[in-house]
Amino acid sequence: MMAMGNLGRAVRTLRAVLGPVLGPVAGLQLRLLSSSTQHELKKTPLYEFHLEHGGKMVDFAGWSLPVLYTDSLITSHLHTRSKCSLFDVSHMLQTTITGKDRVKFVESLTVADIAGLKDNQGTLSLLTNDSGGIIDDLIVTKTSDGSLYIVSNAGCMQKDMAHIEERLKVFQGARYDAHMEVMDHALLALQGPAMAKILQPGLNGNLSDLPFMCSIVTSVFGIPDCRVTRCGYTGEDGVEISVEQTNAVQLAELLLNNPDVHLAGLGARDSLRLEAGLCLYGNDISEHTTPVEAGLTWTIGKRRRQAADFPGASVILEQIANKPARRRLGLVSSGAPARQHTAILNKEQEPIGEVTSGCPSPCLKKNIAMGYLPTGCAKAGTPVLLEVRKKLVEAVVTKMPFVPNNYFTGP
Amino acid sequence: MASCRVLRPLVAAVLFRVGAHSRPPWNAMSLLPSLCRGFSTNTLTAAARKFTDKHEWVLVEDGIGTVGISHFAQESLGDVVFCGLPEVGDKLHFDGEFGALESVKAASELYAPISGTVQEVNAALAENPALVNHSCYDEGWLIRMTVDDLSELDTLMDEQDYEKFVKSIEE
Repeated sequence: MMAMGNLGRAVRTLRAVLGPVLGPVAGLQLRLLSSSTQHELKKTPLYEFHLEHGGKMVDFAGWSLPVLYTDSLITSHLHTRSKCSLFDVSHMLQTTITGKDRVKFVESLTVADIAGLKDNQGTLSLLTNDSGGIIDDLIVTKTSDGSLYIVSNAGCMQKDMAHIEERLKVFQGARYDAHMEVMDHALLALQGPAMAKILQPGLNGNLSDLPFMCSIVTSVFGIPDCRVTRCGYTGEDGVEISVEQTNAVQLAELLLNNPDVHLAGLGARDSLRLEAGLCLYGNDISEHTTPVEAGLTWTIGKRRRQAADFPGASVILEQIANKPARRRLGLVSSGAPARQHTAILNKEQEPIGEVTSGCPSPCLKKNIAMGYLPTGCAKAGTPVLLEVRKKLVEAVVTKMPFVPNNYFTGP
Repeated sequence: MASCRVLRPLVAAVLFRVGAHSRPPWNAMSLLPSLCRGFSTNTLTAAARKFTDKHEWVLVEDGIGTVGISHFAQESLGDVVFCGLPEVGDKLHFDGEFGALESVKAASELYAPISGTVQEVNAALAENPALVNHSCYDEGWLIRMTVDDLSELDTLMDEQDYEKFVKSIEE
């Protein structure tokens, strides 16, 4: 939410160098850490590790996490794009759904065609409500060991759990077989073009057999039972490694042994995902935006559209057929950057929307932003105005991703 | 090297402070990063440089106030990528907002340390906003302004008080 504050406020964030920034994540505002609040926060198994490596800790969705380490944000961001960075994303909620009706159950909550996934393949999906709004975005992987592995947002944990448990009760009441278990594993994201070269020596299998959104359970540099999924949220080639808590620090240290791996925090994670055109839940998508408006129609499986059997299907399918009134669009500008809640105006200076995320792009050296605008503005090149601190800044609707994705889709 | 100009007198000052117990190293510049942390302002002019509790500084010379942000502030902000500054002729009011510095993650408003009229805006920052990080007390100055009321300076902190203030925030 924020993005504005006087220097004093920025300075109070000292440990949060980028302070009042990462905004509401799932409605939770990033808070600054003082000694009084620190003890209330949840800590990942890497908490001490972060402090030892100079992590500047902030409150992110109730978790104490590093916003950055000793590298500046821009250095850290660019290092991820050129080499590789290690992120602690253990705050994210990892769950498994088991039982013979697990696919049917998760399909009843989401827009995904999970039945259509191959074993050990995953997909980005959305939990939707009956009005077509997005309750959360999540990655669902159909594992070969008879479970669905789900990673969802920390900031949505409570409402996701409540929602899923409620639906699960009804589902089980109808004599279906499905169970949910929350995993207590840590989650490390290794992201960047050098990832494969760095990780390969630690694996028995060949990473070239593991394309984007596919997952295996393997040992990593001798650490057993790691689930390695080729995904991430930076736009780069990368993996997320789910590892037992007790082995998390050792794994992080082993990865960090490679000089091409730097630690990166929430600050870089946010600017990287924004360059990659990826949504931050709570900013860019919410219960008040639909998958169609958000440009996430591609997550809705063909079979699911035909069956029209997902929550909110009537609203969502109508929008697919007749185009939504507004859409999430990318904007590029120069000068003062537009942050969340910046008003977007048409050339007649009438308000037509609001920025949902925005920052200066370290790669493009221009300002990038996304926001919801009337569908008529969707054409790339459409000029609009941004009202930044009472001054109008020219911006242009731009196709996303702002920086090309670099996923490994196959050999 | 933007940072050298501001730091040279600093080295002299620090060596003077430690006095007879230490010898100047062959390469005094190699000490700069650590010195920069401990003694972040130019001691030779520190008597005149005044600080706000919002971490701006002002240095009044020949009736003109030069305004910038403190080392502590620039470090906390991170890489400055855009400086939103007023225009020449704009009237600023003590403690009134006069612009903002933007880093990748945050926008931080600037507040005028004194009242007066903007005489000059640091043009170098348009091309190289990172000067605010690299040379916050010298080449990274923000604006120069007239001084309407010298007594406003008395309400600001001198370097020693400011350093204490910073320490109190850090704790």
